[in-house]
Amino acid sequence: MQRTDNKARLTAGENRLKDLFVLGQAGDADAYKSFLTELSGHLRAYLRRRLGALPDEVEDLVQETLLAVHNQRHTYDVDRPLTAWVQAIAKFKLVDLLRRRACREALTDPLDDEVGLFAATATESSDARRDVAKLLDGLPDRQRQAIALVKLEGRSVAETARMTGMSESSVKVGIHRGLKALAAKIRNGT
Amino acid sequence: MRTDELVDLLACNVEVVAPDSGARRFAWALGAGALGAALLMAATLGVNPALAAYVQQPTFWLKVVFVAVLAAIGLVMAQRLSRPGARLAPMPAVLAMPVLAMWMIGAAALLSAPAEARAGAFFGQTWAVCPLLVAMLAAPVFAGVIWAMKGLAPTRLRLAGAAAGFLSGAVGALVYCLHCPELAPSFIAFWYLLGMLIPTVVGAALGSRLLQW
Repeated sequence: MQRTDNKARLTAGENRLKDLFVLGQAGDADAYKSFLTELSGHLRAYLRRRLGALPDEVEDLVQETLLAVHNQRHTYDVDRPLTAWVQAIAKFKLVDLLRRRACREALTDPLDDEVGLFAATATESSDARRDVAKLLDGLPDRQRQAIALVKLEGRSVAETARMTGMSESSVKVGIHRGLKALAAKIRNGT
Repeated sequence: MRTDELVDLLACNVEVVAPDSGARRFAWALGAGALGAALLMAATLGVNPALAAYVQQPTFWLKVVFVAVLAAIGLVMAQRLSRPGARLAPMPAVLAMPVLAMWMIGAAALLSAPAEARAGAFFGQTWAVCPLLVAMLAAPVFAGVIWAMKGLAPTRLRLAGAAAGFLSGAVGALVYCLHCPELAPSFIAFWYLLGMLIPTVVGAALGSRLLQW
């Protein structure tokens, strides 16, 4: 009975998050924000369970994984479960971190368990050690400006284009490349 | 920056995501890669003058279809391995089918040939260079496929690299059909496949370095 409940909860989580994510793909910022907020809770619980020996890394890796999910959101195939897609990214980032730190022994759990990423959530975040805002400051001017105006101040792409003298498409490209560059900076720890 | 602030940033003014940019990327990669392979073949090897005679032979078309089927399977695998969480099954089994079929055809052809002709049918004239030339023609395709994959998000990097190598090997072999003088199924079943396996192994070895993100 408990297994059935658990399964039903997972399916419900999958369906709700997938709906939010698909709305986000269509440009619905509120739905996308709900998706990312809920996802960060699931990621935190998932990574906390697996980074028992490295609790300080959890929040940094939550942020790195959120950014990866965002940057790679065009690779999601809507016919596949969202869980499988997100979990593959989270696991990839986790394994990458562990490999870079050369501490595979910190793994207390097999990574391929059946529990499912959406089974648990943790909303209490600890502080991230790395400051993403500082890394943003280190981006090239056009990318930094585009991200600051559109993504932090919430101005429209058209307004930002007028203010900076860039074309609208180069504002968009600047945001896109800037967030990719940010992910690379996070990964390289600079 | 706190995590909820990062969420605000990512969700603010979020752009609409066009579905299926992946397929277009692979189309570009394969088009450019195959063109590169064709130019490389024309520049270094040349189109076989006997090609017009080969196309009259069913064994030529057996070879072309075999290689094209492997390329198509390689493309499906490479595309799946470019997306996180995509299922690879049942593609390895699908891949085994044309290979086994070609081996059986090749074996049957060898067995039905007179004993003294068997070595000729298996080694042909060009066994020593065939795998290397296939691998050489795969190189421009490999570069294209790796580029396509880097725009997506492979998470099993060795496998993805191997699939990229296999796909480019098969496309390289397809281009090589325009030059190659060999038509015997037993030759194709072994030496062509060996040529495709060279970039496959290279791809598996380089995958984690080339495709990390």
